Amino acid sequence: MIRLEPRLAPSRTMMWGTPVLAVIATMIAGGILFAILGKNPVEAIWTIFVDPILDPYSRDELFVKAAPLVLIAIGLSFGFRAGVWNIGAEGQFIVGAIAGAAVGLAFYGTSAIWLLPLMALAGMAAGTFWAMIPAFLKVRYNANEILVSLMLVYVADQLLRAMVAGPLRNPAGFNFPESRLFHDSAVLPLLQGMPGLTQYTRVHLGVLIALILVPLAWVLLRKHVLGFNIQVMGSAPRAARFSGVRPSSIVYICLGLSGALAGLAGLFEVAGPAGQLVPALPQGYGFTAIIVAFLGRLNPLGILAAGLVMALTYIGGENAQLDLNLPRAAISVFQGMLLFFLLGLDILVRYRIRFGARGIAQ
Amino acid sequence: MNTLLDISGLRKAYPGVVANDDVAFDIAPGEVHALLGENGAGKSTLVKMIYGLVQPDAGHMRLHGRDYAPTSPKDARAAGVSMVFQHFSLFEALSVRENIALGLDEAVAPRTLSDRIRTVSRDYGLPLDPDRLIGDLSVGERQRVEIVRCLLQDPRLLIMDEPTSVLTPQEVETLFDTLRLLSKRGVAILYISHKLDEIRVLCDRATILRSGKVVATCLPRDETPRSLAEMMIGTTLADPPVRRAIPGRTLLKLTGLSLPTDDPFGVTLSGIDLTLRAGEVTGIAGVAGNGQDELVAVLSGESPVEAGMIRLDNVPIGTLGPNRRRSLGLLSAPEERLGHAAAPEMSLTDNTMLTGRVRQRLSTQGFLKWNVAANFARAVIAQFDVRTPGVDTPARALSGGNLQKFVIGREVMQKPRVLVVNQPTWGVDAAAAAAIRQSLRDLAATGASVLVISQDLDELMEMSDQFAVIAGGRLSATRPAGSISIEEIGRMMGGGEAA
Repeated sequence: MIRLEPRLAPSRTMMWGTPVLAVIATMIAGGILFAILGKNPVEAIWTIFVDPILDPYSRDELFVKAAPLVLIAIGLSFGFRAGVWNIGAEGQFIVGAIAGAAVGLAFYGTSAIWLLPLMALAGMAAGTFWAMIPAFLKVRYNANEILVSLMLVYVADQLLRAMVAGPLRNPAGFNFPESRLFHDSAVLPLLQGMPGLTQYTRVHLGVLIALILVPLAWVLLRKHVLGFNIQVMGSAPRAARFSGVRPSSIVYICLGLSGALAGLAGLFEVAGPAGQLVPALPQGYGFTAIIVAFLGRLNPLGILAAGLVMALTYIGGENAQLDLNLPRAAISVFQGMLLFFLLGLDILVRYRIRFGARGIAQ
Repeated sequence: MNTLLDISGLRKAYPGVVANDDVAFDIAPGEVHALLGENGAGKSTLVKMIYGLVQPDAGHMRLHGRDYAPTSPKDARAAGVSMVFQHFSLFEALSVRENIALGLDEAVAPRTLSDRIRTVSRDYGLPLDPDRLIGDLSVGERQRVEIVRCLLQDPRLLIMDEPTSVLTPQEVETLFDTLRLLSKRGVAILYISHKLDEIRVLCDRATILRSGKVVATCLPRDETPRSLAEMMIGTTLADPPVRRAIPGRTLLKLTGLSLPTDDPFGVTLSGIDLTLRAGEVTGIAGVAGNGQDELVAVLSGESPVEAGMIRLDNVPIGTLGPNRRRSLGLLSAPEERLGHAAAPEMSLTDNTMLTGRVRQRLSTQGFLKWNVAANFARAVIAQFDVRTPGVDTPARALSGGNLQKFVIGREVMQKPRVLVVNQPTWGVDAAAAAAIRQSLRDLAATGASVLVISQDLDELMEMSDQFAVIAGGRLSATRPAGSISIEEIGRMMGGGEAA
């Protein structure tokens, strides 16, 4: 007989062990799934998880994919710790991209060093504004931020389509719904020549900024009163109020912060790999980042690792589609399984498994 | 003597602690049997096993001479064992009858049930209207609902967990009459309480638990409260020194303090006047749910009011938040330890940061000095004898008494000028309670003003220099301690004015 027995205190080992177990369980269940689809499971798992690390070009792409996931997930993790559930990072990502692109296009042809910072500010401001809508409605009318932020994703998506078909459309683009290609000053510089990167790398400045934000976020969370207040708010709201935290300010700060970082990620995407505003820009980073945040234990360092793992499934998944003819949906299922197993295995943090008959502890 | 329930060799272990070890005692039909022990002595685990909520690891129970091993409360009720919990499980928005129907194991037609409720409540002197909403009932009436719910199942053994902690002295008398009547009709009662006087008045026999073991069985009438307490804690108790302060200058003044509640079951505070002076302990008595929580929230800064309603050193502070008040020297400790005074999942160091950051300078420019916080937490643990493996232990893992010592210690050691505490010794064992009271008196002796809100009248009588009663969100005028009788206080607690 297998029983679950509550632990005296949550296990630290299991807290970091369950994400690893979840990845392994996903590999096993994914392998079974691929076997049912008639593929060699070992080859498929190898293609998804190992090949991208061995191949230098794929390794570069790993960073390009991981950067927006890490940026967004760090922002989300603050809210998730406080019990503020921003599910609409995808929407904040989109409006950040639109606003940043609009600034870049408004100064089309202007060659200046201040243009990119200005675009970044515009992207962050737009993302923040988009996140302030659910924040305001929650504080003022107690509206559920999960629903409001999620619905605003679809509004943002429609806004993007309207923009690329209207004001931001390329005047010389044969009516295709996309913007001009940005001029050089509005495109993020590539980190060519950095050790470890290939000659034709697509790794851009945004990746470096995402990397720098990881330790900053860690310091904010662990060493600053704001991070502490956020944690208390999520852990014991009444104790937080008693200690002097205003719940409404935590809602504004958490949504604002995650909106700003999602908007920045959107700007990095549009001014980095994309180089122009296209309707296909949103790739679901805002949603995948939710998985990344939890897989990384809402801890900035964990999120960095989780972002790389998740990027691996993207790159490896694409390779698997090309090499093994795996359907695209199989990769989405694969990513979903990761969150599923993580949440399921999380029970091990609070409980220990006992085998055998009911015995007397100690 | 014939035996209703016979327990032998009962053992229950949880990870890291043996809650009950080789526990043996028996209860006769119609006997009122007290179960005494400090917090963490294993009383709750024992009654949970009798009521089928947890199963013993070893040992036997026999009821009516037959083997008795309930695997759920439903089993226990079917065998004639009922329990009234310390915390009621009632839905405030439902009527008395609906609440009782929810707790019954079989479905009963509403009209039949109403009749049965009326019959039982009349028989046992527990007046109750089946159609009233729970939200409109006083705490004493709510307890009656719980008792009637048990009596409808015609129990042979009724377990009561700290039933008087929320009652006025008059309500306690009514409850005791009911319990004596039940006992006369052959129902055995297993009575858990910290109040040693009550046990001496009410109970036929007492079994005393310490660290999960039975250390004594005695006749409480032949014991003194002091000897009972000493059996519980296993050492001798020191008398508190008599202290009557000469009050100093006014520190905190409440003037016409009013605050309407937006919670349908909250209490509106109205026209509260109170003056707290240096070196003085002020006691506020009252039945739970008469505005104590609201008053503490107003004083701690969680519920802001008009600036002039609260003055510290004659400076209006009514609109300031908790941290601004802490920096001025007004500290507080709410009643609910887990979730309000402390964050359960967070470490003791974190919980020190929770209220100590401003006054102990645990941060610079918003950056937290965790080493200093951990040292302060260690100092609190050492000074207040908090039993814990270390400062990284989550608050949840501490026993109630230890956590309360930590919570009070955390505030006292910040050297407050005015300290507000709500129910400082609620559910705390005798030794810890004595230590907490002593620390509060010591604090007042250094020139601070201490406001103690409590439902334990003996505690207030022992500690306070001046005394007031809160009822229905209004506060009586303060009276010097010793100028007012328990009966008079009881009437005031029930909402009547003092003569």
